[in-house]
Amino acid sequence: MAGERQNPRETGPVIGVDEWVGREQELREERGGLFGRARILGERIPPVVWLAVFLAVAAVLPLLMNTGDLNRYGLNTAIFALLALGLNVAVGWTGLLDLGYVAFFGFGAYTYALLSSTHCFTETTCGVHWPGWATVPIAVAATALLGFLVALPSRRLSGDYLAIVTLFFAQLFLTVAANGDRVSALGLTGGVNLTGGPNGVPNVDPIEIFFIRPTTVEAYYYFTIAALVLVAAVLWFLIHSRTGRAWTSLREDALAAELMGMPVNSLKLLAFSIGAAIAGLAGAILAAEQTGVFPGNFDLSILITIYAMVILGGAGSMPGVVLGAIVITVVFEVLSPTTSTDKISLLFYGVILAALVVKIRPLWRLAFVLGGTVALGYAVHLVAHAVSPSSTRGEAVSGGFLGSVTETLFVIPADPGDWPKYAYVALIVALLALTRLDGWRRTLLMPPTLVLTVFVWENLLVLEPAVTRFILFGALLVVMMAVRPQGLLGKPRVEIV
Amino acid sequence: METRAPLLELKGVSKAFGGLRVLDDLDLSVSEGEIVSVIGPNGAGKTTLFNVITGVYPPDAGEILLDERSIVGLEPHEITKRGLARTFQTLRLFLNMTVKENVMAAAYGHTSAGVLRTVLRTPGMRREEREIDGLAEECLAFFGERLVGYRFDQPAYSLSYANRRRLEIARATATKPRVLLLDEPAAGMNPVETHEMTELIGRLRVEAGYTILVIEHDMHVVEGISDRVVALDHGVKIAEGTFDEVATDATVVEAYLGTAATERR
Repeated sequence: MAGERQNPRETGPVIGVDEWVGREQELREERGGLFGRARILGERIPPVVWLAVFLAVAAVLPLLMNTGDLNRYGLNTAIFALLALGLNVAVGWTGLLDLGYVAFFGFGAYTYALLSSTHCFTETTCGVHWPGWATVPIAVAATALLGFLVALPSRRLSGDYLAIVTLFFAQLFLTVAANGDRVSALGLTGGVNLTGGPNGVPNVDPIEIFFIRPTTVEAYYYFTIAALVLVAAVLWFLIHSRTGRAWTSLREDALAAELMGMPVNSLKLLAFSIGAAIAGLAGAILAAEQTGVFPGNFDLSILITIYAMVILGGAGSMPGVVLGAIVITVVFEVLSPTTSTDKISLLFYGVILAALVVKIRPLWRLAFVLGGTVALGYAVHLVAHAVSPSSTRGEAVSGGFLGSVTETLFVIPADPGDWPKYAYVALIVALLALTRLDGWRRTLLMPPTLVLTVFVWENLLVLEPAVTRFILFGALLVVMMAVRPQGLLGKPRVEIV
Repeated sequence: METRAPLLELKGVSKAFGGLRVLDDLDLSVSEGEIVSVIGPNGAGKTTLFNVITGVYPPDAGEILLDERSIVGLEPHEITKRGLARTFQTLRLFLNMTVKENVMAAAYGHTSAGVLRTVLRTPGMRREEREIDGLAEECLAFFGERLVGYRFDQPAYSLSYANRRRLEIARATATKPRVLLLDEPAAGMNPVETHEMTELIGRLRVEAGYTILVIEHDMHVVEGISDRVVALDHGVKIAEGTFDEVATDATVVEAYLGTAATERR
């Protein structure tokens, strides 16, 4: 074909032909509000531009943050982005549910730490200090090999079975790491200290690559960003090659892929190994950056976090999983107990208000909800004050204007007693009811729910930041999955038989 | 008479699932450039025959030769690489990939760029990519306007049933096969589309030079395309010959319509 591509939007659907079916997704996306528009924008801008924007932001980040914040937001995010990219190879592209991924992360970290630290294997063998230019490639290669070995017996497994086997492997790794400090087996005698046991491996060397010897957070941040860009480039080339097409083919239908000439088993092994190698690289960076490795760095909560990033960002989409890593690390850090309650409150109310303004249409309904909330809140405030004046004498967590508004319009008792707990349960009931109702019933229920939300927030949630963090995080994921199950930048998948 | 050995030859192939003998001592041969149809009632073992030839199941006994070399025991992708490609009765497209990607993926077997060459973007790798791209467009263009142009970038799930069948054939041809195995290519098509499929199968032989083994239920299609027809029942070849010979064969009529039509031998 001389390749003159028709634009179906200009020619319109042809009745009786399947053009319309083909366009349906496109039309749906166009109506898809902010996300739909963002995706269309994302597709029009070439990937190189995205990379440039990402690099520009990443480059100036250290200038805008102090060292602590750069570590929490910048470096952490970059390491997790690396992990998410690696997991995406197995999970997003090849469709292999690899629950042992976190063990590869740990294996890379331990390999680096054992070869470049003051760790003592025995009383006489101490401090193997190999330079980083040797240890990092060794850690990456060793982890790739481990990925290959894990995949070898499990390559014929798929779906749930593969998940169980790999999850077992992750647990096995943790057990070995936490108990490997007095090994007397495999020809080793006298209790060789292989992993440092529960104390891990301290005093890990920086990654020394010839004249570079990063020791500061800034240096590791830039190093990790460089690694991230390198890995992203490698993966980008791979997914747009015959190998990448074969991976997605076997995800879609392994038998058809095999019969169309693709060696499914070796392709699975390759995907596992490449994913593992990237995790190994991330592990080596982590070991050097925090100058130590500990079994707790690689427990199942980390695995779940990486999965959350891949799923939230959109499994299969490289910009998606990086975005997922950014969103989840940032949200997690913002919600951490060390952030001041003032800022968190502002953010909490801000997000709710913004969601209401964006989501509720027509405008009179929005006005009703907001006005109703203020009116109802104030009415409850007056009633509570009349019944017992002390019930409105508490102080809002936020200071300044927001604080005084909250104190005037809503109920903040000096000594709330058990009321916040009851209110919390009522709030959950109200939220569940909201999801089941529609039309005017929902509109009517909104103001009481919002009044309850403020009450519970001010009198309970803010006072328990460690728990609240996870509640909010969970709520965010639930909302996200309900609004956009394919993830932020993921493509919706269909399975039509 | 043709003195050359047949391109695809089955000698005494048997396959049983537990106590059920699905293929029983079956002989079959297809010469180069020939179109052979396999017919038979449901459950006669036609799709199992395809699965055994393509290596999905190993045969219990017998020999399968492709171009005089045995392909028994090879992995399915190796058999495909030797020059044998198929379509599926129950469509098995890569639904969430684009139309063009579906076809490009099938070029895997006869291309070679590995991970290292891909990452380094060597000139050879980039030339190969361009060739795969060109091959895919060529394979899709075989079906006229239906699968080209803006369709290249549409996901396979957006295609109609008939177009999915066409895409499966296009995907199979992208493996550069010598023998094409089509499993009910006209199933689920309306009369116009069925007629078109009949012509298309003819063109696949004449223009593209494939040797074709086809399973088909629609007797108009079978009549229109076949050099030779093989009728199966319970895994046994009950008749073989031209369409007219097989269609009037008493055993075949019996297999389709039951013993009331003729007396049991």
